Amino acid sequence: MAEIIRIKKGLDIPMKGAPSSAVTDDNKTTLFAVCPDDFPGPVWKAVVKPGDKVNAGDPLMKDKATGTICLTSPVAGQVEEVRRGERRHIEFISVRKQQEDTVRDFGKASSPEEIRNAMLSSGLWAMMRQRPFDIVPETSTMPRDIFVTAFDTAPLAASVLDSELASHLEAGLECLARLTSGKVYLGVKAGSGISSRAAETVEFEGPHPAGNVGTQIAAIRPVNKGETVWALDAATAARIGILCTKGVADYHTTIALTGPCVKDPHLVRTMTGASVTSLLEGNLSAKDDIRIISGNVLTGIKIDKEGFLHYPYRQITVIPEGSHADEFMGWASVDPAKFSVKRSFPAFLRGLGKPFDFDARIKGGHRAMILSGEYDKVFPFDIYPEYLLKAIIAGDIDRMEKLGIYEVAPEDFALPEFVDTSKIELQKIVREGLDNLRKELS
Amino acid sequence: MKGLKKKIDNVKPQFEKGGKFSSLHSVFDGFYTFLFTPNETSRSGVHIHDANDSKRTMIMVVIALLPCCLFGMWNVGLQHAIAVGDADHGLFHLFFYGLWAVLPQILTAYIVGLGIEFIVAQIRGHEIQEGFLVSGILIPMICPVSTPSWMLAVAVAFAVIFAKEVFGGTGYNFLNVALVTRAFLFFAYPSQMSGDHVFVSLGDDKAVDGFSGATPLGQLAASDGPAEVLGTLGAPLDLSQMFLGLYPGSWGETSTLCIIIGMVILLATGIASWRIIISGVAGGLLMSVIANHFATPLYPVTYLSPLEQLCLGGFAFAIVFMATDPVTACRTEIGKYIYGFLIGAVAIIIRCYNTGYPEGAMLAVLLLNCFAPLIDWCVVNANINRRMRRAIVKNQ
Repeated sequence: MAEIIRIKKGLDIPMKGAPSSAVTDDNKTTLFAVCPDDFPGPVWKAVVKPGDKVNAGDPLMKDKATGTICLTSPVAGQVEEVRRGERRHIEFISVRKQQEDTVRDFGKASSPEEIRNAMLSSGLWAMMRQRPFDIVPETSTMPRDIFVTAFDTAPLAASVLDSELASHLEAGLECLARLTSGKVYLGVKAGSGISSRAAETVEFEGPHPAGNVGTQIAAIRPVNKGETVWALDAATAARIGILCTKGVADYHTTIALTGPCVKDPHLVRTMTGASVTSLLEGNLSAKDDIRIISGNVLTGIKIDKEGFLHYPYRQITVIPEGSHADEFMGWASVDPAKFSVKRSFPAFLRGLGKPFDFDARIKGGHRAMILSGEYDKVFPFDIYPEYLLKAIIAGDIDRMEKLGIYEVAPEDFALPEFVDTSKIELQKIVREGLDNLRKELS
Repeated sequence: MKGLKKKIDNVKPQFEKGGKFSSLHSVFDGFYTFLFTPNETSRSGVHIHDANDSKRTMIMVVIALLPCCLFGMWNVGLQHAIAVGDADHGLFHLFFYGLWAVLPQILTAYIVGLGIEFIVAQIRGHEIQEGFLVSGILIPMICPVSTPSWMLAVAVAFAVIFAKEVFGGTGYNFLNVALVTRAFLFFAYPSQMSGDHVFVSLGDDKAVDGFSGATPLGQLAASDGPAEVLGTLGAPLDLSQMFLGLYPGSWGETSTLCIIIGMVILLATGIASWRIIISGVAGGLLMSVIANHFATPLYPVTYLSPLEQLCLGGFAFAIVFMATDPVTACRTEIGKYIYGFLIGAVAIIIRCYNTGYPEGAMLAVLLLNCFAPLIDWCVVNANINRRMRRAIVKNQ
């Protein structure tokens, strides 16, 4: 029997627009893109030009430093655009899918060296994250342990594994076990029945962020200074299994269309990086003043109607923007439909479990940190988040290290940011802190 | 409300940079966000936010203060009526007398304090911050009813500028602004802040024979040994009167009952820390028991029973409304226990053993405000050491 870890600190945000279990196939989308900003760490260099033909699995970008980590095309087709922003920074490379699906053969892999090379060239390596720094793993480091999470507790999230991927999870975990001298840990939801022989299964119970791999690392074996661990989700692990046993990279993903502005929230089987235009066509309940988020409402990325599905998200959430709400004296509101974890709003009287309406307003002004202990209630780490954040703001590297910056990623601060009375952009602060620290230490 | 919003939006450009009234931008912005919650949507990070904001938080504290405030006004009227022999004890008669007596103080505190906030916000280009909404009502409540407005104005200006704005404004101050105001008054104008006549408003009337306006703790501090605590006209005060607050004192803090109502509001809404309040009361009780056990005529206050200690003076008010100020209190959960306990204990120690200061709650909170960062430092360092040990053990 696996060990059960109960996460007590956290919050399940009850949102309207949960997906039904119906799955449709996405046959319409023909445009797919890879956005290098979704893969933090390396500097990415384009290796294709518009008009180039690519197979599914062919590289679109490589990292500048070693040239070995690839970001690959999820489909076979023709490169449509290399979109560049300021200072020629690549925003995305899009590929127009063609009828005949030619898939690159990576060859079966069984030795650690073969597995590593296959992962690097198939783009699956870039789908992992390394802690410290929450970046694509550096090729030179050996991970102390590898952490795989098999469930997602973010608001309205779809399940991590669909039935196709689930059958390859064990093979993937076996491959991962060959890449570390330590252990592979599989974090599963208590009672889900998922278990593994190759990995040590740990069951988790409790509210979000129980499914975040960072929470699981902190509960199982936190990262210390000088150590490196890899973190990935079970879908990536299953793809590694397919890659090593069949020699092909599988980029399909089952995503959820969710949120209060989606008419029929359900699941869709598509490929990573799909354009959301046809996915959402005819399925939006409002045209204007909406916000389309690639991902969940806590960590996702705001995109426009022509945007793409970003990695690592398996979800598109559409919420009202609310920028014309003009709420009169909102601070005096006694509206029970306003969600707050604080009891100064009457929402708790109607029960916080029932779904609430949310829009994108920050609902207040930016202030300095005033209330204390707010973050701690939704932050299941043995870390003092306020002190760590202050050390980051002050740029005090020594203190950041001491207060545990190596253990965290921006997404771990999403719930504190949600409940924050002072409306401080905590995830941004942590991302900048991690980037600066890495720069200083390199 | 759409019409109002439209009208305000029409004049808005005049208050923005380059507009006719751009020097009043922060004032305009303050009132605008007071009337209409900003439509600003999230730009980075989370896309949705909890409905709670700093305005809501501060307003809840003001609501929690209302019972004390309203009772205090009535009690000012009552003490006046007793002192001058007025037989009319009608509710509204007493209340409006009190309201009229304290209104100048409340207005002075708000006008001076908010005026400085507005100016500083304008200079710094910040939004107006709401911290002074609470301080502005707290300050008059902890002062004697006869405090002249000009003194209050000087004290408020000193506190807001030197205890808050120089450190960066709300959220950055390390001393409680309301208590700094009170301490400034206490040390700068000692004769007007203590004695027999400052705590009861006589107005233009003459006091009746046998009147004494000394506060209970003031009476004890001036006595030579175990003495009975007396009311305004010389009748002994019993515990229930102390609990209800029917005695002269700084007008907002006499009623323990109303303080408890405020405490329930603060705890139910999760704004005040129950850790600070519980440990504060525990510290006060424990110290009172010890003091009472070793009671000596040299320090007459030590003869008070622990319950009397809790009900009299500013102790309860300081624990519920001052010690729990999140900015100046300890920020770690363990730290809050230590911080609260020490405030309770030190307040009673000063009250009992320093006859120069009839009340110790103010000084205890200010003292522990200074020590809060040190307490937190120790607690956070324990976490750091735990992390270091973990790293060393694993790396061996």
